[in-house]
Amino acid sequence: MLFLIIKRILLGLITLFIVSLITFVGTEILPGDACTTYLERQAFGEQLEACYRRLGLNVPAYERYVSWAVNAIQGDFGYSLSGEMPIKEVLGPRIKNSLVLASAAIFIGIPIALILGIVTALWRDKLPDVAISTVTIFAMTIPEFISATLLILIIAIWLEWLPGIVIVPTDVSLLELLPNIILPVIAIAMIMTAHMARMVRSSVIQVMASEYVQMAILKGVPYWKMVFKHVLPNALLPAINVVALTIAWLLGGVVVTEVVFNYPGLGRLVIESISNRDLPTVQALAIILASIYVSINLLADLMTLMLNPRLKTLQIRK
Amino acid sequence: MTEIIQNVKNLSIGFKSKKGEEILILRNISTNIKKGETVGIVGESGSGKSTLALAMMGYVKHGLYTIGGECEFNSSNLLKMKNRDLEKIRGRKIAMIPQNAGQALTPNLKIGYQIDEALQLHSDLKEEEREKKISELLNKVRLPSPETIALRYPHELSGGQQQRVAVAMALAGTPDLLLLDEPTTGLDVTTQAHVLELLNFIAKDTGTSMVYVSHDLGAIAQVSDRIIVMYSGEIVLEGPSRDILKKPIHPYTYGLLKSIPKLSLAGLPQSMPGSQPQPGTIHRGCSFFDRCDFSEEKCKNNSPQLEYLEELNTSVRCFNHKSLMNDSQVNQTLNEIKTSTQDKEILNLSEVSISYAKQKLLDQVLNRISDDNPTVKDINININKGETIALVGESGSGKSTILKSIAGLLRTKGGIIKFDQNRNLSSDLKERDPNDLRIIQLIFQNPDESLNPNHTVEEIIAQPLKLYFGLKGEELKKNIIDLLQKVRLGEFYMSRYPRQLSGGEKQRVAVARAFAAKPDIILCDEVTSALDVSVQAAVLNLLQQLKEDFGTTYIFVSHDLAVVRAISDRVAVLYQGRLCEVGPSKDVYQFPSHPYTEVLLGAVLEPDPDIKPKLVAEDIVEEKPPQKGCSFQGRCSRILGDICKNEVPPWQITNSGNSIRCHIPLKELQKDQIN
Repeated sequence: MLFLIIKRILLGLITLFIVSLITFVGTEILPGDACTTYLERQAFGEQLEACYRRLGLNVPAYERYVSWAVNAIQGDFGYSLSGEMPIKEVLGPRIKNSLVLASAAIFIGIPIALILGIVTALWRDKLPDVAISTVTIFAMTIPEFISATLLILIIAIWLEWLPGIVIVPTDVSLLELLPNIILPVIAIAMIMTAHMARMVRSSVIQVMASEYVQMAILKGVPYWKMVFKHVLPNALLPAINVVALTIAWLLGGVVVTEVVFNYPGLGRLVIESISNRDLPTVQALAIILASIYVSINLLADLMTLMLNPRLKTLQIRK
Repeated sequence: MTEIIQNVKNLSIGFKSKKGEEILILRNISTNIKKGETVGIVGESGSGKSTLALAMMGYVKHGLYTIGGECEFNSSNLLKMKNRDLEKIRGRKIAMIPQNAGQALTPNLKIGYQIDEALQLHSDLKEEEREKKISELLNKVRLPSPETIALRYPHELSGGQQQRVAVAMALAGTPDLLLLDEPTTGLDVTTQAHVLELLNFIAKDTGTSMVYVSHDLGAIAQVSDRIIVMYSGEIVLEGPSRDILKKPIHPYTYGLLKSIPKLSLAGLPQSMPGSQPQPGTIHRGCSFFDRCDFSEEKCKNNSPQLEYLEELNTSVRCFNHKSLMNDSQVNQTLNEIKTSTQDKEILNLSEVSISYAKQKLLDQVLNRISDDNPTVKDINININKGETIALVGESGSGKSTILKSIAGLLRTKGGIIKFDQNRNLSSDLKERDPNDLRIIQLIFQNPDESLNPNHTVEEIIAQPLKLYFGLKGEELKKNIIDLLQKVRLGEFYMSRYPRQLSGGEKQRVAVARAFAAKPDIILCDEVTSALDVSVQAAVLNLLQQLKEDFGTTYIFVSHDLAVVRAISDRVAVLYQGRLCEVGPSKDVYQFPSHPYTEVLLGAVLEPDPDIKPKLVAEDIVEEKPPQKGCSFQGRCSRILGDICKNEVPPWQITNSGNSIRCHIPLKELQKDQIN
């Protein structure tokens, strides 16, 4: 078991290394570099040389990669080009904001998704299922930029209940941020919840049709006891991985929603730094997003392993 | 004794088709179960036997509904009962033992909990008493060390153990009626015989009534007092078990019994033509009309009623039962098989060993396989052209593994597989040239999985023809039609998809595909296991016919020893991946010499209440072959001592050319058979 965990962690680290290489090579082969972007039309001759020296771009690529990687491991991603401030400081509040948005969506979305999924599965083809399923399919198919815009139109403009877009400084305090996130959270939670509810529904239906559930019924196990003891533990196990992917997706910045609501999160930073050709920031973001994906998936795998007795003993035996 | 505990009255169950038609799965069933009696319900897949058993618990599967009739238990109709009331009957008064215990036990709950759950629901015992009771129950179903078994999860037990747990769970509520849905299908022969013996013991011990549902007349014959034969949703014959098995007065039962291969006789059984009609396709007339050898004009348009014959205490649904009554002794006429074995060796396995052990990194680099105790070891077999050799053994005996290696799906660890005396086939698929691939073809167990559901029959059979012979256009089509005719399917099957075919038809397509490559050797992996008995006989006859026409060599793997007896020239008995005995089928079956062969053959169930299985060895499941000595030492009842534990037994050759691997001298081995 321990060996397995170590192996998974090592594999995750290798993945991160490959991602960092790809982003580094990617930014390297793109035409132009930090200095040409910064100096724009003055990018020639003495000035360009001076810039290269200042930013340390005059040494071979592999040396730069190594020094960048060593610093990155220590949390130092260098300087952002646009703001001329340490990337660390740019990222900090953004990560916090994204985290707030994501956790709100998770805490609201996942329980609702689970309940909806279970209800629709247990009342399969009956009224609750038909009603909820229609709504979830609807919510799933509307792209988030449309639902987000509609939300702004209805709730912010017509009803004037909440601010339509977020106009706060990036490093705003949590309390001030909260009223601003309600609309974005609804927009994100809608699509996420719908997806997960469908997933849970099909998983529960599959387990309900299994022979062991039929056996439990024939054993005389009361309905709700059967649902909680025999159905749900087995049906929700495969949901863990989907939940993990959703969380990773949320933390990675829900780009479209953040842009629509002008929300100062990671997603918007990605867009901004790409359009500003802020290569060091793009690099840093790529590595951070990759780490989030890798670690959350790792966590999900380990959880499945712990909860599924079948996998657990299998590993021990091997 | 005549108290009726379950009374089924005019029961019809069905579903609504997409067109809104009512389609019947069960058609007007009336029968009853008496106290203390064991009733066998027998029928082929789709006959409605499981639906009937489930209805006796007041359970109708999702998608089906009760159209009419009642299932009365203690004079209340279970089918109209509320769920809350049913919960008090299910598990307490009527309990179910499922077909596949591996799937019927909830995977995330421990064995002990699952039995405890039944006790909590159906008894007033306190916690400590329940704990004791769990051990008692596990003991009763003869599971070793109940305390540790209770702490295990279902997947940590073997198939036979899981089935025993299911029995213990059913007994937890001390039910008056036990329903058993194919409880031994899918178990090894020896395990099956032991579980049946246990069930018989429980029936006697507790006086519980049992309803035993199975397609296997052999199992039914061992347990039941009375037999109900079902055909496309109707009861066609019902009566005392001995009469039904010895003197069936319904043509279907008669045909069914004739199509079962017998252990004691060589040769292929006769098949019944056609297949069971799909539900909803019978509109008038007798449902068995198309397949019946005794049908008359009136059977076509009039459906016979179930008629009770007082003198025989039997009910029968046939206009002609009187004429059957006179000559209904099942005189099995077996189609003698001609041996077409030539004096030329076609395949030689020498010292073959195969390992499933995962390669360590170092071994991968050095391109070697290191495992001192491989799954399959020391396999030496010569196969002659035109021969049918069967590999038999329980699950885990390595029979399919050997097939995979011959086919190139699995690399051998050591030894040589040689084709036609000079071509080395020890390599795996990637290293074989197309012609080496062509000469060996496989037919799989389950045609549902081995035929691509998105290809038509034409495309399926065309593939090998295109691949190996580059056929195109008219010539390709001509060849396909030719092959279809060889497997007795018409040209019009070309445009069909596998899902539009019956099980037997699908397997015929799989056979045609294998023959399309004009192979020298065909590997048959449990090819008839997924088929109904009546269809099985037809496929076996077809395989035999094709072999005689093409001079093909078959390597036949099956767990069904009677099937093997019917079709094979020679048998190789395997235990834990090691050979025990190799010899002509006739000798192996008549005088089983190796202790394991004796165990295996003794456990076979025959559809005859007078032939009881002999249970020689315990049905323990060994996970790994022993490191040294004889592979069968763990279960052998005739073990000699240290010599069996330490030394690999030598080959001994009998006069009839039987090779036996055992330390016991030949004379003693043979002497015992005479007694």
